[in-house]
Amino acid sequence: MINIQKIRADFPILNQKINGKELIYFDNAATSQTPQIVIDKISNYYLGYNSNIHRGVHFLSQKATEAYENARKTIQLHFNASRPYEIIFTSGATHSINIIALGYTKILKKGDEIIISEMEHHSNIVPWQMLCERTGAILKIAPINEDGVLVLDKFKSMCSKKTKLVVITHVSNALGTVNPIESILSISHSFNAKVIIDGAQAAPHFKIDFQALDIDYYVASSHKLYGPTGVGMLYGKERLLNELSLYHGGGEMIHQVTFKKTTYAELPHKFEPGTPNIAGVIGFGEAINYTNSIGLNNINSYEKELMEYATKELDKIKDLKIYGKAKDKTAIISFNIGKLHPYDLGAILDKFGIAVRTGHHCAQPIIDYYKIPGTIRVSFSFYNTKEEIDIMVDSLIRATKMLQ
Amino acid sequence: MKTISEIQQEIIEEFNIFSDWTQRYEYIIELGKSLTLINKKYKIDNYLISGCQSKVWLNAELVGNKIIYTADSDAIITKGIIAILLRVFSNQHPSNIIDANTDFIDVLGLKEHLSPTRANGLSSMIKQIKMYAIAFRTKLA
Ligand SMILES: Cc1ncc(COP(=O)(O)O)c(C=O)c1O
Repeated sequence: MINIQKIRADFPILNQKINGKELIYFDNAATSQTPQIVIDKISNYYLGYNSNIHRGVHFLSQKATEAYENARKTIQLHFNASRPYEIIFTSGATHSINIIALGYTKILKKGDEIIISEMEHHSNIVPWQMLCERTGAILKIAPINEDGVLVLDKFKSMCSKKTKLVVITHVSNALGTVNPIESILSISHSFNAKVIIDGAQAAPHFKIDFQALDIDYYVASSHKLYGPTGVGMLYGKERLLNELSLYHGGGEMIHQVTFKKTTYAELPHKFEPGTPNIAGVIGFGEAINYTNSIGLNNINSYEKELMEYATKELDKIKDLKIYGKAKDKTAIISFNIGKLHPYDLGAILDKFGIAVRTGHHCAQPIIDYYKIPGTIRVSFSFYNTKEEIDIMVDSLIRATKMLQ
Repeated sequence: MKTISEIQQEIIEEFNIFSDWTQRYEYIIELGKSLTLINKKYKIDNYLISGCQSKVWLNAELVGNKIIYTADSDAIITKGIIAILLRVFSNQHPSNIIDANTDFIDVLGLKEHLSPTRANGLSSMIKQIKMYAIAFRTKLA
């Protein structure tokens, strides 16, 4: 069960007025809000034990190192990875994807194939296009249907011995579609292809078990997971991570350096050169603890309730069309009203104190698929309420009247 | 012939009668609807200033020693603001356009629409208006 009053009190940012109206934050898929306990964890780091990790023998460095490595353990246990060092800290999902794509530069050969879906975020398209340019590998696009659902049969028929990598978002950031990763993993694995799953939009909303699902690679961002910005994670199976070539050099990642030859440190440090975002990582770990204190199952069922309510209420608005009608969706609704431009509606909602996202959501291929200029996207979190949805629906009706 | 700053002052005074943002926006939306249509032949990619939210098309022609701008957008609020910008900048001498600023937009309470983060094409449009002015001034010289 969700105690909404108590939860909202955990997020100080929600208690403010924008343009004279109570803030309604429905842009959680872009960045979620941060609870006080995470903010405290970060400020306590700077107040009490800010220092460099893995290097000092002194007390503060020990303490910071311990807190940093504890965050790694927290995240390992949360996702049930088999080893803590299979969790690499990065600056975010985009960075994580780039580490993998760069790591395959020497592994892929001309004519190898990479399959990505039509519903990927630009962050999960461009690094693969660049990898193809570097290696001569071929990028293939697995199509979606009108409901915004991956056409699994088509995907299957595209797989072959040439398929080396399959790249798929767990949840579409533009439509909310949850992809059937179990089926995708088993099909891909039967062709010996490795699967890279972009969990940026999934990890905040439901529990994922890396070992049970036999996941090869999984990436996520802290700032969508109630943690601070500028931090993220890359999970890879130990064997796979050790096959990737390294792309960044620096301190912390080395075993021995001479001018002749450098030998590299072990996982995870070889992927974390330089001083990392220590406070961010510690905050990220605390955000996972916070999420678990509420319970992802509770979060998921409450968000589902919000979703169903919002879908029903939005559907009452004349000429409103929802994009993305998958049976399995997370807390994202993308829509347009008649021929009104999403920018116009978004600009007016902003005046009502309502934060939504408009445009192509960095997933232009989907928007092109529907041949529209963009959508309005509302994305919920467990601190949102049905009353906020009612206010948004009213505001949309008023905005529509103004624009017609 | 009014100068750019006279026109800006005039617009500020017009906006002063509105008591809240809804009235301002309703007015802008009206302006957007009544914006003189850009000639169809300019509504192509060559004249497109891409913002990733809304699109803006802009054309400029030198008539005598003045520049006539025409423009369009696919979003109505963007179009309304275009109408205001054209009223200020169109039919002026290139040198005056180059020297003019757009601070009056802040006074109108529309600043956020010119912010590059809005990515609606308007901030690039202003740059483009100035670029045309620089190019045409060279031509006149
Ligand atoms: C599905 C998906 N993948 C990747 C990203 C990129 O995340 P970040 O900007 O945190 O690296 C996002 C963020 O919008 C996303 O929604």
